[in-house]
Amino acid sequence: MNAQQRGITRIGAVLSMAVMLPSVAVAADSCVECHKQWESGSSDPTQVIDQDVHFQRGLSCADCHGGDPKATEAEAAMDKAQGFLGRPARQDIPQLCARCHAEPTYMRKYNPNLPTDQYAKYLTSQHGKRNSQGDSDVAVCTSCHQAHGIRSKKDPFSPVYAANIPGTCAECHSNAALMDRHGLPVNQHWDYAQSVHGQALLVRGDRGAPHCASCHGSHEASKPGTIAIGNVCAQCHGLTRDLFAKSPHKAAHDALGLPECEVCHGNHLIKKPTDDMLGTGSGAVCISCHEPGSKGYQSAQQMRETIEQLKAQILNGEAVVKQAAELGMDMGDAEYALHDANTKLTQTRTYVHAFSPEAMQAPAQEGLHGAQQAEQEGKNAIHEFQFRRQGLWLTLLILILLVGGLLLVIREMESPPKSRR
Amino acid sequence: MMCPREPISRRQFLWGALKAGVLAFCGAALYPILRYLTPPRGSEASVSSTVAGKVGELAANSAKIFRFGNRPGLLVNTPDGQLKAFSAVCTHLNCTVQYGAENSVIWCACHNGKFDLNGQVISGPPPRPLEAYQVNIRGEDIVVSKAS
Amino acid sequence: MSSKRLRDFLCARYELGALKAMVSHKTVPHHRHSFWYYWGGVTLLLIGIQIASGVLLLLYYRPSAQEAFASVRFIMTKVQFGWLVRSVHAWAANLAIFSAMVHLASVFFLKAYRPPRELTWVTGVCLLFLLMGFGFTGYLLPWNTLAFFATKVGTEIAGIVPGVGPVMQVFLRGGSDVGDVTLTRFFWLHIMILPLGLMGLMGLHVLMVQLQGMSQPLSVREERTIPFFPNFFLRDLVAWAMVLGVVLSVSVYWPATLGEQADPFGPTPAGIEPEWYFLWMFQTLKLFPGHILGIEGELIAVGLTGVAGLALMLVPWWDRPAREGKSHWLVTVAGIIGLAYVIGMTGYAVWIGRHP
Repeated sequence: MNAQQRGITRIGAVLSMAVMLPSVAVAADSCVECHKQWESGSSDPTQVIDQDVHFQRGLSCADCHGGDPKATEAEAAMDKAQGFLGRPARQDIPQLCARCHAEPTYMRKYNPNLPTDQYAKYLTSQHGKRNSQGDSDVAVCTSCHQAHGIRSKKDPFSPVYAANIPGTCAECHSNAALMDRHGLPVNQHWDYAQSVHGQALLVRGDRGAPHCASCHGSHEASKPGTIAIGNVCAQCHGLTRDLFAKSPHKAAHDALGLPECEVCHGNHLIKKPTDDMLGTGSGAVCISCHEPGSKGYQSAQQMRETIEQLKAQILNGEAVVKQAAELGMDMGDAEYALHDANTKLTQTRTYVHAFSPEAMQAPAQEGLHGAQQAEQEGKNAIHEFQFRRQGLWLTLLILILLVGGLLLVIREMESPPKSRR
Repeated sequence: MMCPREPISRRQFLWGALKAGVLAFCGAALYPILRYLTPPRGSEASVSSTVAGKVGELAANSAKIFRFGNRPGLLVNTPDGQLKAFSAVCTHLNCTVQYGAENSVIWCACHNGKFDLNGQVISGPPPRPLEAYQVNIRGEDIVVSKAS
Repeated sequence: MSSKRLRDFLCARYELGALKAMVSHKTVPHHRHSFWYYWGGVTLLLIGIQIASGVLLLLYYRPSAQEAFASVRFIMTKVQFGWLVRSVHAWAANLAIFSAMVHLASVFFLKAYRPPRELTWVTGVCLLFLLMGFGFTGYLLPWNTLAFFATKVGTEIAGIVPGVGPVMQVFLRGGSDVGDVTLTRFFWLHIMILPLGLMGLMGLHVLMVQLQGMSQPLSVREERTIPFFPNFFLRDLVAWAMVLGVVLSVSVYWPATLGEQADPFGPTPAGIEPEWYFLWMFQTLKLFPGHILGIEGELIAVGLTGVAGLALMLVPWWDRPAREGKSHWLVTVAGIIGLAYVIGMTGYAVWIGRHP
């Protein structure tokens, strides 16, 4: 079809529309033209289609739904004999998308970086398995990506944009009626939102923080399982995992069939770890396995003491340095030393995961030393401050005596001679 | 009973006391001045730029921590001999990062966060890249300053 | 006694007798207004403190945009008693200008500028302007944000003066804008050019006072006097000791601050203010309407300030009644209005600064 023919078709479409509804604008796609007339809801297909990545790259309604967008009459446009599909069955959606998205040569024309294994992965997921069994509760492509107005995952308005993923998963996974049918809990999203990761992603907008898919996978979504959980956490927390893997806990967890990190830190509700988790106090996780009097119990106590000692010394240092700074003294050196001591404290806390009191000693001792140095500098500064004021008062005393002496001399000099003997 | 020496007059005494007072004050003024003139320990510290080291001090594929204001900075001589400087404060939990020469990355000992030689995060928990500083050579000095 | 031997040694070689005679014959009027005689001496002491502390600061200060701030910081934190030396320099500078102003006002109201002391008055007014120049140039030297932008505004105002203004602005800035070169120039002015002028003028001023003695106010009839040495000199010492105490106390209890290093490309921070003794001019400029009779308001304000300065310098000539030994109420009222304006505007500027 050449440009002239296309032009004539367009004019024809406009004319025929104009007969029915005089307010129609010029456009190439009769599907959109027509459907716009009654689709006025803000999420209706023709209202959101402009934002759709497929539409923006030249694909049209007909590429998924079939039919003839150039036909001017509804019957001709949506002729089942001409391949019009209508609304695809929910169960068939993954396969429908996979026609293009599992086809590397086709996808390369549009987005060479986009993987083409989503469908294959989907088939391995719980969603995919159940979908092929005819379960209509599970997620299909459109559940997460939407059907019309599909946006890139880099678009902040996309439901699969990192910060939006938890909410997208929660649409189903927080739906009690739906989850009840499959015996699944509904508190994951709530737990996640309270967790250190959820707070980082949802509250602070830190897109590096993990969301549901970071641990469960996206298209291949499933439970990590006992063995894999350490590897999942190690994606970010590598050093901690390494320390754990070399620690005596590794063999113990394996023997008991326990997951690694999750035993102490939980899964969705991973709170920022506190020092109370360590040791033998009421909040300590150690005592759930280690009996009083055992070697592990003593080690836990000892490790907690190391941390508390360092913390106390840093607090001391900070208090003294703050006091000196409030007096107007320059505490640059001491603040530098305190920063270093806090680094060592964080490092000491990481080395807890070696689960041996000795492993923590090196960073802890360095931190202690730095904090003591800061405290000493703060004390010196406070001493210096007091010295300044004492020096001033001493000088003022000399000046007062001088003024007094001068006044006496003047009086003596100017008093009438008779009083002088 | 009386002192056999010639008694000092009131006036002489006052003048004497006055002279002593002036001397005492001169001493009080001289003390801080003499202390001021003694060369102080330590070198200058400035916040927006600092001398991080000497040219030739760092071999290729090595780095050093320098003090930048109240915080540490990291001066890296990359394997291909380029000088780069970053804030040495890890963006995860404020630990001080260091240079790993065996694989030429900047890493943080606290949680094994790794950054490439542009300060970008490679792996580990850090959420943001390291703040990069400008490096200039002034004579023999490597001067690091905050990008403005 | 060694001091006697030294005296003999010197007397044998130089005619110290005349000097001694002059000092011993010099008398100072003694009356109910004598209090005001001490302010000149106090200003002299404060200038002496400025020279001493300034010389000390030079030991560690480095006049370049890269190093100025860091070196002042270094003085404040690392050098022993550096904080004291800088605080004393900053405080005594302000007090010197304050006491010079008091000195000027007292001389004005006691009409001490009457013949034959016209030139003493003129040199005194010039000295006050010089001290303000010291303040203006010294303010920039720590190279902190506040000083940087205050200098920008200050040199901007200098550029308004018709004719010489733009030339003066470029001369002060050392270029079209405030920058590294400006710092070098201000440093040059602050430690070399202005001190040379100050030494000369101050020597002249003090010499004239010594030659002519202190003026007796018109309102004082009795002729009581006291010897300059030691009676008046000892009183001077009392005042000096008290001023020293004040300088040291404020320097220890309210040490000079440093602020942030200037960033020439940064945004102008809110609340830019010159030193307090320029505030009244600054506020006048702000309050002046944009245009009066088609002439730029700023130009008129700067012009009026210039006229006021000139009028102040020429007081001994336009106060004709005083030349004949008579006091005219109009002159006193003019003085009071001028003083009230300066104090009022300064107060208003401070108030505005606190309640934006």
